[in-house]
Amino acid sequence: MAAVDDLQFEEFGNAATSVAANPDATTVSIEDPGETPKHQTGTLRGSGREEDDELLGNDDSDKTELLAGQKKSSPFWTFEYYQTFFDVDTYQVFDRIKGSLLPIPGKNFVRLYIRSNPDLYGPFWICATLIFAIAISGNLSNFLIHLGEKTYHYVPEFQKVSIAATIIYAYAWLVPLALWGFLMWRNSKVMNIVSYSFLEIVCVYGYSLFIYIPTAILWIIPQKAVRWILVMIALGISGSVLAMTFWPAVREDNRRIALATIMTIVLLHMLLSVGCLAYFFDAPEMDHLPTTAAIPNQTVAAAKSS
Amino acid sequence: MAEAEESPGDPGTASPRPLMRDLKAVGKKFMHVLYPRKSNTLLRDWDLWGPLILCVTLALMLQRDPADSEKDGGPHFAEVFVIVWFGAVTITLNSKLLGGNISFFQSLCVLGYCILPLTVAMLICRLVLLAGPGPVNFMVRLFVVIVMFAWSIVASTAFLADSQPPNRRALAVYPVFLFYFVISWMILTFTPQ
Repeated sequence: MAAVDDLQFEEFGNAATSVAANPDATTVSIEDPGETPKHQTGTLRGSGREEDDELLGNDDSDKTELLAGQKKSSPFWTFEYYQTFFDVDTYQVFDRIKGSLLPIPGKNFVRLYIRSNPDLYGPFWICATLIFAIAISGNLSNFLIHLGEKTYHYVPEFQKVSIAATIIYAYAWLVPLALWGFLMWRNSKVMNIVSYSFLEIVCVYGYSLFIYIPTAILWIIPQKAVRWILVMIALGISGSVLAMTFWPAVREDNRRIALATIMTIVLLHMLLSVGCLAYFFDAPEMDHLPTTAAIPNQTVAAAKSS
Repeated sequence: MAEAEESPGDPGTASPRPLMRDLKAVGKKFMHVLYPRKSNTLLRDWDLWGPLILCVTLALMLQRDPADSEKDGGPHFAEVFVIVWFGAVTITLNSKLLGGNISFFQSLCVLGYCILPLTVAMLICRLVLLAGPGPVNFMVRLFVVIVMFAWSIVASTAFLADSQPPNRRALAVYPVFLFYFVISWMILTFTPQ
């Protein structure tokens, strides 16, 4: 058939003539040899993976999907294997971060931004930044809260960095692992249209943690109400990104299980943020108010007694 | 490491000369860091002596009196060491995974040598702290640390940025920024008892 012949990768001259001969045939045109993206998959992509039929996107996604047929996978002990997880450009990372900050109802983060190119750059460095943001902001906040107290001596609290690192990285790797295992298990019972590979889940979780970086910095403000409002906002944004990503993966399942899964995802996310707030940030001291309020009382009492 | 070919002849006279040559090479690289230009010296003749000296100096200066260091909360010697070397290795791996064409040890060499401005900042901070605590004291230290932080970033970017394709340069430079920021934070929050 002419369409099949047109897909043969022979000389470039044939491509030009074949396009002229059969405009409906799909061809791959590589315009700039300098920027041909290498799309390779590792062996972690599950064999039971099925694509959703609707492809959201623009020209970039068309080229990506067409080149998907050319992916070659290296064995996992070579350096090239791990390079496939860092095959992102600056604008792509920014796009993914933007996508995690602006959840659009109905648009799936994985479909729209990751599009079979999950990366480990984003999750790793967002987690690293978050660790230092939480530790440094907590330290700064405690310093500002206790400023002026006679008995307070400033300590950098550097050991909290290792605790923060353990918590954040454990969350960023173990929760996706558990979720992936759970989804695979449910997949064996109920046929789902959409299923995600482990790396895509890690990717979503990593990028969804980005909102907590400015949140942690704003937690320096020593007002309880402000902090809790920030918790709610951050949870709303990243929780909705996660919920909208994983809802298509569970909606064919039993209604209760699907809802329970989404609730668990959001609950774990909330536990992380509330836990970090409680552990790294001292409560804004309320005893500043009684001391300033006590003084007028004392003067009033002194005035009354005299 | 640096080339240290034994000169033929008397074994008694061979040892001082490679040592002087190594020290001169280290000193020359220090000058290249302090006045960063586009030059290949740091990259071509990499060595890790300079970074080691700087890291040990920095870690030692970040220690307090053992008597007061019971609950001081500052970084321990091993922690500083681990952060510097583990951080440098991570940044190097990140750069190579993104497709940069710099070798592993060259990158470690550059990142290690560019800690020099921050080590100088630590020295200045310790001297300034001898004058006693206070807000003016803090402002001076803050200013010095910020200037040296910017210097480190500029110096390391001058050497490392060219090794990345332009569409990924920011991705490779950001971890360097984070690395020196953390070291600057450690220097700034140093409070002796």
